[in-house]
Parts: sequence; structure tokens; C-alpha cells
Amino acid sequence: VYLRNDSRPQGSRLSLRVAVIGGIGVALFAVLFFRLWNLQVLSGEEYLAEAKNNRTREFKVIAPRGDILDRNGEVLVDNRTSLALQLNTSKLPEDPAEERAELARLGELAHMSLRKVRRTIEEGEEVAAGAPVTLRRDVGFDLVAYVEENQDEFPGVAVERVFVRHYPDGTRAAHVLGTVGEIDKEELEESEFAGLEPGDEVGKGGVEYAYDRYLRGDPGHTRIQVNALGQPTPGGELVSQPPTPGKSLKLTINGDVQTAGELGLAEYGRGGFISMNIDNGEILALGSYPSFDPTDLIEPTQAQVNELYRDEELAPLVNRATEGAYPTGSIFKIITALAALENGVITPEEVVQDNGLIEVGTDTFENAGGEAHGAVELRRALQVSSDVYFYLLGWKMWDTNDLQEWAHKLGIGRPSGLDLPEEGETLLPSKAWREQLVKEGLALEDRPWSAGDNIQLATGQGDLQTNPLQMALAYAALGNGGKIVTPHVGLEVEDAAGRVLKEFDFGTQRKFHIDPGYRTAILEGLHAAAQEGEGTAAGVFGGFPVPIAGKTGTAERPGHADQSWFAALSPYPNPRIVTVATVEEGGFGAESAAPVVLDILEAIYEKQASEVSSAGGAE
Amino acid sequence: MTMYATRTRNARPEPFTVHVGIGERLGLAHMDWPLTIAAVALIVFSVFTLGQATQNDVPGDPNYFLERQAIYALLGIAGMIVLTRIDYSRFRELRVGIYTFLCASVSLVFVFGFAARGSRRAFELPFFSFQPSELGKLLLVLALAGFVIDGARRGSARQRTVRYLCLGLAPAALVFLQPDLGTSMVFAVATLAVMYFGGVPWTHFAVIGAALVALIALVLVAAPAVGVPVLKGYQEQRLTSFLHPSEDARGAGYQQAQSVVAIGSGEKTGRGDRATQTRLDFVPERHTDFIFAVIGERYGFMGAAFVLSLYALLFWRALRIVTLSKNSYGTLVAGGIAVSLLFQVFVNVGMNLGIMPITGIPLPLMSYGGSSVLATFLAVGVLQSINIQARLSQRGRFAW
Repeated sequence: VYLRNDSRPQGSRLSLRVAVIGGIGVALFAVLFFRLWNLQVLSGEEYLAEAKNNRTREFKVIAPRGDILDRNGEVLVDNRTSLALQLNTSKLPEDPAEERAELARLGELAHMSLRKVRRTIEEGEEVAAGAPVTLRRDVGFDLVAYVEENQDEFPGVAVERVFVRHYPDGTRAAHVLGTVGEIDKEELEESEFAGLEPGDEVGKGGVEYAYDRYLRGDPGHTRIQVNALGQPTPGGELVSQPPTPGKSLKLTINGDVQTAGELGLAEYGRGGFISMNIDNGEILALGSYPSFDPTDLIEPTQAQVNELYRDEELAPLVNRATEGAYPTGSIFKIITALAALENGVITPEEVVQDNGLIEVGTDTFENAGGEAHGAVELRRALQVSSDVYFYLLGWKMWDTNDLQEWAHKLGIGRPSGLDLPEEGETLLPSKAWREQLVKEGLALEDRPWSAGDNIQLATGQGDLQTNPLQMALAYAALGNGGKIVTPHVGLEVEDAAGRVLKEFDFGTQRKFHIDPGYRTAILEGLHAAAQEGEGTAAGVFGGFPVPIAGKTGTAERPGHADQSWFAALSPYPNPRIVTVATVEEGGFGAESAAPVVLDILEAIYEKQASEVSSAGGAE
Repeated sequence: MTMYATRTRNARPEPFTVHVGIGERLGLAHMDWPLTIAAVALIVFSVFTLGQATQNDVPGDPNYFLERQAIYALLGIAGMIVLTRIDYSRFRELRVGIYTFLCASVSLVFVFGFAARGSRRAFELPFFSFQPSELGKLLLVLALAGFVIDGARRGSARQRTVRYLCLGLAPAALVFLQPDLGTSMVFAVATLAVMYFGGVPWTHFAVIGAALVALIALVLVAAPAVGVPVLKGYQEQRLTSFLHPSEDARGAGYQQAQSVVAIGSGEKTGRGDRATQTRLDFVPERHTDFIFAVIGERYGFMGAAFVLSLYALLFWRALRIVTLSKNSYGTLVAGGIAVSLLFQVFVNVGMNLGIMPITGIPLPLMSYGGSSVLATFLAVGVLQSINIQARLSQRGRFAW
């Protein structure tokens, strides 16, 4: 018997069995050692080469930018997906002739010259060496199919699905929305773009820039295995982290009012408009003409580049409402009136004889058109826009800084606090400014500040350079009794489901006292100017059902025909909204700017107006 | 010459008092030191490798695997020392209890186990998930060896063979159903090993071998052909893909191909921290089933051959204990342990080297995992116990 537990199994038979197992063990270990030797020592080099070739590539998964909505939730900007032709330059053939041939073939497909292809690659390499260069966005499916079918001919070429900004209404609110583009070298250094990488898309203007951190979102990534040609290996997806889409941004803009303003302005020509809530600074409409379609900036043709960037007269990219710099003409008179009243230069009731002109030293200052308005007090001076009345005030204040102080208080010639990056240089001329100019030798005429300068300023002429935004702020302060609000277009940040994540609170920038009596007197004058009898804009607003206070302006702009302005506070006598429009070379205020404002006000009060008229008439 | 104050078969009163040292009390003096050194060296190398290779695996906790494996190692070594001091022969008396516990624990997994990747194999305990089938490898050997000794004189040789096969394959079948193909194969191999050292005739093994070939043919070819798949799709794929790796370089064979590239790229001295294959997720399960690929890539032929040598040493010492055992039970137990260790090492390393199918068998004392580390150390402890008992009873025997 082989087994008996109190002893060991029979010696020789056990020894045989152990020897057999030992032999198997030796054989198995020998196999392992031999295989190991074979892999590591004999063919190690090949495997090392294979391992080095066996690269992963991390593909960034672009996060779609957030939508931009108007205050009623209407989509102003969203995204569409597009196919982009990308080139991984490290995978191009090493032989220069072959590389040239491939680039030429590519160029032919993408309708680009060989030179353009090379330049695009160079530019891309400059921003992010080694990263795939996007040759062309928005390529068609036929091209994609062709490239994929002929992969051998196009080493390194890939087609990527990318998000492209989509503007459902073309040029609408283009200046407010702004554009997006690849982050450039300078921006990469800036702290607000910390963490971004070359090739990332950021806002380049408008709210796209101002609210980029909300709209941007976080990219995800996929790490996948790629073969020697840089092509993803099927099934070789290693790690994947989905992107976080950007947040939606709701604007204070009212799409309907915006459209009305744009259509109205386009009828009359180049210019800008703004409509703003005077209590909280929410901008309902902000526009400029000529405008542009941001879509054209995604992949501009040479003709579009010429049109958008080269034509200084049209300058469609300039937001004339915030970047313009113009004299304002008579709409400036409320500032002159406030300064004079608050400094006791005049009272609302004091009568001035308007003979159509005043003479100051050797200079004569005439009413526009040379018309004499006779005896005018403040209310009538505003209604009929008596220049002589305000010349006189400017003259009386010329040796003081009173007018400038009030203009400055009301926001003229200083940053407005607008939440958009596009805000132009403006100028409030003063004695100090003049002296500085002369000292630096920059003045055209080497002369000190004169009464004439101040008289010009009193009627919004001369060296004054401002824009609709600043005038809106000044009118708003008159309307709300001395509060400088922060003009803004950003309302709130929402997630994809429409839940509010953040409401912006811009607050009031500063406050000062305006005598209620003076305010009432000026508003009365403005109401008369807009809607009563001989009022300068009565022809435009006479039939408008909502009572408003408004002022026309006709500015003489050197080298140009007169510029038309209109500023309105509505409804009168307790205004909520300020609306300012200007039209370059638009003639009298009532000729072009006032109708634009009317279009805007009609849009704002459309519903209310119909209610008013159905209730039995205006006023 | 040392005097032993312990029991010997013909104990007589000693003429003088013998000082008994702590080493002897613990039985350390009669341990098989090469075996201990091999086991401890392997686990130390495992902890070291895990520490280097898994730094980025658990975000925020670079030493996650290192710390846990070190704790398992300490627990395992403690368990080994305890078993060293126990006379293994007692397990023979407990065979029915051990066998019952084995079957119960691998069955309870179906009820209480938590599922990982479609398979229920472990209990979730606080800080630890316990996989009974790992300990089961040892328990099966301990119980089956007892049954073999016990039934040595009952029935015909053929009846005994069938009985042993049934006893061994029942728990193997339970584990197979978890499903855990790899461990069930270890169970089967351990069963055959105990039978082998238990003296089952060679002819029976020839029949069993033939049956096995037929079974494989049935499972892989015939059964799927008539629409009764025995293996899950991934199991079959893993088992067969190594036969034609180039055809399937993207699927199941992909991982194995990457493992081969990893090991090959280690060359003679390894790539250290410049390792890419096992660092960049090309090779999956780098802390468990494919840890040998990590060693191969990071430490090259030097490191991998060193580890293989330690396993060879382990196997040799285990086989030596088979021949030394004072009784048949010890022979059978040591034989079962030695062969199942050899099988696990060969299948796992062979899988890493691309010459064996992917079966999910961990590399003993190297792969991360508490159950495996603990069970292997306990098995080594049993081997030590057999060695010590043999040395105590048969001092002066020839040893090779």
C-alpha cells in the first residue's frame, strides 16, 4: 500500500512522483526564463521602439460656449457644430517635395493657395507649436469623405467636429455680442485667461469678452492611443472626461427694441443709439450702423476683411454708440442749463432777449439758421432750441469751471463704467485742458481758453467729443434726480436648464443733488420741445401717445455735414427710460435722430401705446 | 549539537536542563529559511513595485496600494508564523469541517458577495474585501489530503479516484459559477496534485487528461456550435486570443500584446520611471494580474529574472518539504501547495509574457490583494509547519 499516514509514502514511488513534478517545474520555469530572455534581451530593442511608438495623445474636447440670450430669453447667440480640417504638422512627410505636394493637394481641397496654407501653419505653430493647426473651419461633408477615403495621401490630416458660434439674426446686436476667436499670445499672459491653452477660443469683444469667464466652460479630454500615423486606434480609448459647457448669459437687451433701433438707424445712415433704464442702468438696446455679421469674422474672405477692417469711413466694427466721439449740438444744453441754474447764473423764469445772435468781443455767435426767437426763458429756450440763450450762459460761466464741473459730474468726458470693453476716448474741453494742450505744443491754434470756447461748449459744439452713451448717462441723471447709474448689458448667468446662477448687481456709481425745481423746469422745456407746438421735434413726436421729454441736437462736425442727435426721457414727467440716437451727417436733429428714437420708443411702448389709444387717445 | 527539550518519539528524561530560546519557542529555528526568505523577498518587492508604479492611480493618495499591500503583508507574515507553530496534522482531523467551511464560504458569495465587473467573488468587509476562493485554495488542499489519507484503503482504486475528483471538483465548480475561471482552475490543479501525491495510478491520470482534452473541445467548439455557451463571451475570448494575438490586437489580445511590449521594452535593466506601457494605461490591471509586466518594464530582465528566481526557490523548497514530511498527510498537503503555487506562477507570468491565456489568476505574493497575500502566506506557514514537524521527528535525515 502506497499510503499509510503514520509513515511517509513508499520512498521510491514518492521519489519518482516528486522527480516528475520537479522536472515539470524545471521545464516550466525554463520556458518562462527563455521567453523572458527572448523578449527582453534578444528583441528588447524592437519592443522598446514599439513602446515609444505606442503613444497616447490627449485630445481636448472643446466645451461649447454658453448661449447669449436677450432679457426675454430669446437666443441671440448659440452654437452649431461644424467640421474643421486640421493638420498635425509632425505627421507631414519628411521629404520636402512630398510635403509640398501634400500641402498643395490640401490647399486645392480647401480652396487655399499653397502660400496661404503655409502661412496658416506658421501662424498656428507660433501660437502653439506642436498642436494640430486648424486649416479651415466649416468644410463640407464631401471634402471630409474624400480626405478620409484617401488617408494615405493626407498623413496628419484630420477632421474635427468643432463648435462654431451661430448668430440666428445675423447682424443683430453684433456690437454688443462681440466675437470670439483663438486666444492670442498676449491674452495667454493675462490673468483673466489663466489656465487657458493655445488654441482655446475666447471672447474677443462685446459681452463675449466681458463675460468670457462665464461663457467659456471647461474643456474635457479624451486620452486615446494613436498609431504611428497619429490615427486613433479603435478601442484604444483610455481616459475620458467630458467637457463642462459654458453658462448662458442673459442680457438686459430687449431683442424687439434692439431690432427697432437697428432698422430705424439703418434707414438714416451711420450712427449709434442707446436706450437705458435710468434707475438701474440696464441697457435695453445698444446699436451702431453700419453693423457686421459676426459669422463673417469666423472665416473672413479678403473682401470681408477689406470691408470690415480697412474702410475707415464705414468702420462697421466700431460701436458708434460707445466708441464714437462727436460734438453733440443742442442736446448738451441740459447740462449747460443745470450748471447755470445750480450756480445761480440764471433762474428758470429769467427772460433773455434772443435776437438771433450775440457778439462777444470780435466774434459773433448765431442761432442755427440765424432765426431770432425773441424773449425766451428756460422752458421756451429748450423748446425752440434758442442757441443765444445758452451762448449767454456759456459766456457768463466762461471764466469759471462751473460748466465743466457739471458736465464732468454728469459723466461727460470720463469712463462710463459700461460692462463692455468697447468704450472710446472722449473729451470735455476746459481751461485746464487748453492750457495743457498749449504747453505740450499740440494745439492747432496757440491761444488760451476763451469765452468763445465756453460758448461753443454750452451748445455742445467746439472741441467737445462725446458719444450717445455718455449723453444717455447725463440725461438719466437729470431724469432720476442726480444718480449716475452703471450702464450695463449683463443681466444674469444661467445654467443650461435656465436656473439663475448669478445676478449681476452693478449699483450706482455716484450721486449728487439736483434741485427738483430746476429738474422739473428743464423736463418741462424738453417735453415742450418734443411734443408741443413749436417744439423742435414736435413734428416727430407730436402724435406719439406716450408723453416724453426730448431734445434735438444738430452738431457741426468739421469736415462733415451736420450730425443729427436726439435724446429722450420717457415717460414724462416721471421718466424711466433714456434713449439717445445720433446719425452722422444726418442733418437736423428732428430729421434723422429723432425718428430713430421714435422707432425705439414705439417698440418699447408698443403694448402700452395700443392700450392708451384704445382707452381713448393720447395724453 | 543542540539538545531539544521537545517531544520526540522516544522521549527520555534529559540528564541536564536545556535553555530554550525564543527562536525555538517560535519554531523559527526549524523553519525552512530559504522558503521564508523567498516569500518575504517577494512581498517586499511587491510593496516596492506597487509604491513606484501606482503613485497616480488613486487621486490624492499616491501610497494607496503601497500602504494596503504592506498591511496585508504584515498580516500575512503574522499568520504564517502562527501556522508555523501549529502541528498541521490537526487539519487532517478537521477535514470535514474545513471542507464544509470551504464549500459554504464560496457559496455564500452568491448571496452576500458584492459584484465586481460582472462577477461575485468577494465579501465586502470594513477596510477589506475578502475573497473566500483565495483561502479556499489552501483549504481544499488541507481537506482533500485528509480525505485521501482517510480513504486510502476503502474501495477500489477507480472508486477512490472518482471520489477524490468529485470532492475536489465540487468547490471548483462553485467558484467557476461565480464566475471565476482562473481560481476554479487552480482548485482543479490542486485536486489533481493531491491525488497525484496520494498515489492515484498513472493510468487514471491518462484517462483524466484525455477527458480534459475532450472537455475543452466540447466547451470551446462543440457547445457553442449547438448554442449552449458554457463560458462567458469574454472568458472564451481571453482564453483563446493568445493563440492568435495579431488577429485580435485591439480586443482581448490587445492587453496581452501591450503587456508583451511592456516587458520587452524593459530590456536588460528596465526603464524605471520612464516606463510608458505600464504607466500610461496601455497595460490594464497593472497592480494585480499584470504586475509582472510592470516589473518587466520598470526593472528589466534583471528584475523580472530575480522575481522568477525567487519563485523557483519557493517551488524548490516546497517540493523539498514534500519529501521531508514525517507523514503522508504532510506530503500530500505540501505537494498540493507546491503544485498550485507553480501553476499560478506559470499561468500568471505566462499570461504576462503572452504565452498563456488571460485567466485572471493573480501572481502569488506579488499581485495586490489582501485575500491572495494572506492565503499564500498561510500556505507557506503550513509548509513551514510540515518542515518543522519533520525536523523534530526525524532529525538527521538526509536533506538535499
